[in-house]
Amino acid sequence: MGRSSVMSRSRLMNWASHTRRSRSHQYQQAFSTSSETGKSLNLYSAINQALHIALETDPRTYVFGEDVGFGGVFRCTTGLADRFGKKRVFNTPLCEQGIVGFGIGLAAMGNRAVAEIQFADYIFPAFDQIVNEAAKFRYRSGNQFNCGGLTIRAPYGAVGHGGHYHSQSPEAFFCHAPGIKVVIPRSPRQAKGLLLSCIRDPNPVVFFEPKWLYRLSVEEVPEHDFMLPLSEAEVIREGNDITLVGWGAQLSVMEQACLDAEKDGISCELIDLRTLIPWDKDTVEASVKKTGRLLISHEAPVTGGFGAEIAASIVESCFLRLEAPVSRVCGLDTPFPLVFEPFYMPTKNKILDAIKTTVNY
Amino acid sequence: MALSRLSSSAPGSNLLKPLTSAPSLRRSFSAAADDSTPITIETSLPFTSHVCDVPSRTVETSPKELMKFFRDMALMRRMEIAADSLYKSKLIRGFCHLYDGQEAVAIGMEAAITKKDCIITAYRDHCTFLGRGGTLLQVFSELMGRQGGCSKGKGGSMHFYKKDSGFYGGHGIVGAQVPLGCGLAFAQKYSKDETVTFALYGDGAANQGQLFEALNISALWDLPAILVCENNHYGMGTAEWRAAKSPAYYKRGDYVPGLKVDGMDVFAVKQACKFAKEHALKNGPIILEMDTYRYHGHSMSDPGSTYRTRDEISGVRQERDPIERIRKLIFAHDIATEKELKDIEKEMRKEVDEAIAQAKESPMPDPSELFTNVYVKGYGVESYGPDRKEVRAVLP
Ligand SMILES: Cc1ncc(C[n+]2csc(CCOP(=O)(O)OP(=O)(O)O)c2C)c(N)n1
Ligand SMILES: [Mg+2]
Repeated sequence: MGRSSVMSRSRLMNWASHTRRSRSHQYQQAFSTSSETGKSLNLYSAINQALHIALETDPRTYVFGEDVGFGGVFRCTTGLADRFGKKRVFNTPLCEQGIVGFGIGLAAMGNRAVAEIQFADYIFPAFDQIVNEAAKFRYRSGNQFNCGGLTIRAPYGAVGHGGHYHSQSPEAFFCHAPGIKVVIPRSPRQAKGLLLSCIRDPNPVVFFEPKWLYRLSVEEVPEHDFMLPLSEAEVIREGNDITLVGWGAQLSVMEQACLDAEKDGISCELIDLRTLIPWDKDTVEASVKKTGRLLISHEAPVTGGFGAEIAASIVESCFLRLEAPVSRVCGLDTPFPLVFEPFYMPTKNKILDAIKTTVNY
Repeated sequence: MALSRLSSSAPGSNLLKPLTSAPSLRRSFSAAADDSTPITIETSLPFTSHVCDVPSRTVETSPKELMKFFRDMALMRRMEIAADSLYKSKLIRGFCHLYDGQEAVAIGMEAAITKKDCIITAYRDHCTFLGRGGTLLQVFSELMGRQGGCSKGKGGSMHFYKKDSGFYGGHGIVGAQVPLGCGLAFAQKYSKDETVTFALYGDGAANQGQLFEALNISALWDLPAILVCENNHYGMGTAEWRAAKSPAYYKRGDYVPGLKVDGMDVFAVKQACKFAKEHALKNGPIILEMDTYRYHGHSMSDPGSTYRTRDEISGVRQERDPIERIRKLIFAHDIATEKELKDIEKEMRKEVDEAIAQAKESPMPDPSELFTNVYVKGYGVESYGPDRKEVRAVLP
């Protein structure tokens, strides 16, 4: 992994010496020790812990966004301003384009800029800054400048009744912009480890947090500073008949479908992609080569969703191993609806149905 | 008569029929409601201006107008309070932002303009819609996501529209509606029909880049656009001074003139809007900063008490409440008794309750509506989903 000169120059960034292998190692460690040292945390508290650690371990880290100084609408930044001061954790005006542009500049000076966009639905005013500035700064300056220290956090996805502008899953738009990374965690432990990796990764990252799970998802999370590797998918359930790939909140829905399919004698392998770009093709390919079938599920509309990219790549590399067409169970090609959200959503039954159709093809 | 069409038809009558066409069944409870004898009053405060003249503080009204303002604002207040309880009982889903406290802005603005003028606003849109002639039944049906709603139940609280009276709605992205308003104004200028657009936005929205883009283009092309900053002093939990280097929003246009208006005084609002319309038709854009206040929290998930003191809220209620101001004027001019005004409030309560009861009878939209209006019928690509069970995606 290339590291910018700005970053390797900083004495404070001891993290920068982590190789991909050593991070994997920490991740393994996190898993093996979690049950002994972990505390039960929900997802927003895990994010909060990660932010505390990021600010604690690197004095050049800043956290900012709308109402962030007060804890943010989802409480993810609670206590940070008190602990680290208003010079490092601060409210911005209501101006997403400005927030991200400012973050790019701050990061270009060798800082870790952690910007919060209040809802993923409001990231679009900043779309230009992300796609045209953040993603291309390094490339177009021949590696003189970069904004690798920039991490943009945004809550995404359905909450049951959020309506048009509090529910969207815009991840695919950003997957079309080489130069940035897109990461989505599925649980509190994942959120903490992945967010710390994103903040410390020398590339700009968009980190989407599944807001449905902020309070709902609770698990043991190691209290210490740990990172989970980016661009490494995780097989969270092993199986032989079909591979399921998803990310974020959708995984818990898919997991339910896997359990139900098991009752019908279908053995499902479930993969959490975790990083959408650059994504871990190897893990998905290896799994599909074993099962011969692939189903992808995401909340975003099916057409042009990131599932399409996975499907195309896997058809290219596993064509002769596939025993059924790749199946996509996704949001419908409509704006996110206020009423009939369950019709729009890729629900458990829809997934289960598609699993059976694919397996019996 | 903005709200004259609000009276509801008897319960049990054709529920889905928009009530706009129902004849008014309400009779004036006292002669005052028809009394147009002029009364001269002063607005609460002088106007403050930025690079333009100031309108006169002296305005003329009548018992009829005072009674109408009282009735219309009392109705809005009651409607918002009812929406609060419906939300708490989970009959309203999604996000819901209430307008109580700010009623004088919607009412004063309507009193100065016609339905040929356009209004476009953000998500705090229930009362603006009512002011444009929308009905309570449409409001509550939309809030509860029913077919009888003004957006057929597809929009919800943040997305009210009324095309036949120039209400371009109901926008969820903070600041986005303001450049749209410039486009409306451009079209109006082109059609030479002497109409203008009022584009409303909040003090928080005033810091979005789009606002400055809109200011520049509206001034560059002399558009009949009135940019109305409803300054309720908070953008969610952020006080104006925390987010704006200069919270004098009426001066923010620099080369665009502006007026600061007491947005809690319906007469000041009316006077300013009349002035602004004339100005805009002659000279192009102008900013009106309405100094106002929202009593409720930002949305239903905000108790509204963590970033401001209870004293502040009760202080505004006591000193500046727009309805109380009118009540006092009515008493001062001996137009109606305390009991008569109380009776009006009771009547408003009843109208609201009846509209809610009717709205509850309105069916949910048909599931096929999930797929309609994405594209023009017959012009879209086939929109399909992975569903094999719940919705047969045979698309319109
Ligand atoms: C682009 C965008 N960013 C953030 C939000 C979330 N949000 C909704 S309303 C609001 C505050 C707006 O305050 P103000 O403009 O003062 O209007 P008010 O709510 O006071 O009427 C915020 C931050 C949004 N809807 N759109
Ligand atoms: Mg405000």
